Amino acid sequence: MPSKPAGTLYRGKVGMWSWVLHRITGVAIFFFLLVHVLDTSLVRLSPEAYDAVIATYKTPLIGVAELGLVAAILFHALNGIRVILIDFWGKGAKYQNLMFWIVVVVAFVIFAAFAPRHLMHVFHLG
Amino acid sequence: MSIVIEPPRSSKPKRTNWEKYGWMYMRASGVLLVILIFGHLFTNLWLGEGIKAIDFAFVGGKWSDPFWQVWDLLMLWLALIHGTNGMRTIVNDYAERVAVRKTLTYVLWATCAALIVLGTLVIFTFDPCPANGTIENLPSFCPAK
Ligand code: HEM
Repeated sequence: MPSKPAGTLYRGKVGMWSWVLHRITGVAIFFFLLVHVLDTSLVRLSPEAYDAVIATYKTPLIGVAELGLVAAILFHALNGIRVILIDFWGKGAKYQNLMFWIVVVVAFVIFAAFAPRHLMHVFHLG
Repeated sequence: MSIVIEPPRSSKPKRTNWEKYGWMYMRASGVLLVILIFGHLFTNLWLGEGIKAIDFAFVGGKWSDPFWQVWDLLMLWLALIHGTNGMRTIVNDYAERVAVRKTLTYVLWATCAALIVLGTLVIFTFDPCPANGTIENLPSFCPAK
């Protein structure tokens, strides 16, 4: 029986999970960006083509999925700043754990402000 | 055969250390992208009617202003190169066979280049009042209105 590795600073902790999340959100945003450049390019074709495709962004299903995209961007952007601080700020490594939780809280606060307003627009309330 | 990735921080590289510049680019572009993307989301999804208000006339209005043309141009180039280089890192981590890695890396950069060319052309050759537009879809400042 292989024994469990002894505790490390990284494995199974904030350092590892923030990296996993950063990677997954980065890939998700990348694929969205490919689609987004293509759909926006339709403005060059005709107003009708653009308006028809952009209408799908306003449907309930995609409208709710946009919340996931915004959440992914919030985490990736704020955690990216954390990574940069760990690399360049003298005390970055010391505070990396605290900074992770700051990232989570700030992302959550911005998300909580954005989500109701966005859902209001998607579901035509108010 | 294993893949050789230069350590980004090796002090005396014999050749240009591209991994180091890639590493620095991810950080420099990241800082700029925070401003560009948050500003983009704020103006398009938060202000006014948010997603509800986005249509051809909205884009026509924004890109009649050089400020937003430059904003979106910077965002296009920086984000696509950042995302593609990030994907390249991930490919290097998981693609063990050299041919697979090389093919995927090639596809990534070809896609990146194609979208940068397409997006740049669209931003600068875009006509907010095209003759093929139905009048009610056009921005309010078009002469046809
Ligand atoms: C909003 C501002 C952004 C910031 C501050 C940011 C920051 C960063 C940083 C610092 C890294 C390097 C991580 C490392 O070397 O360990 C990174 C990786 C990455 N980013 Fe971003 N980024 C941003 C936006 C984006 C966007 C728009 C995309 C997609 C188009 C993207 C996709 C990726 C990918 C795929 C990686 C590689 C992840 C990995 O190697 O695990 N990022 N980001």
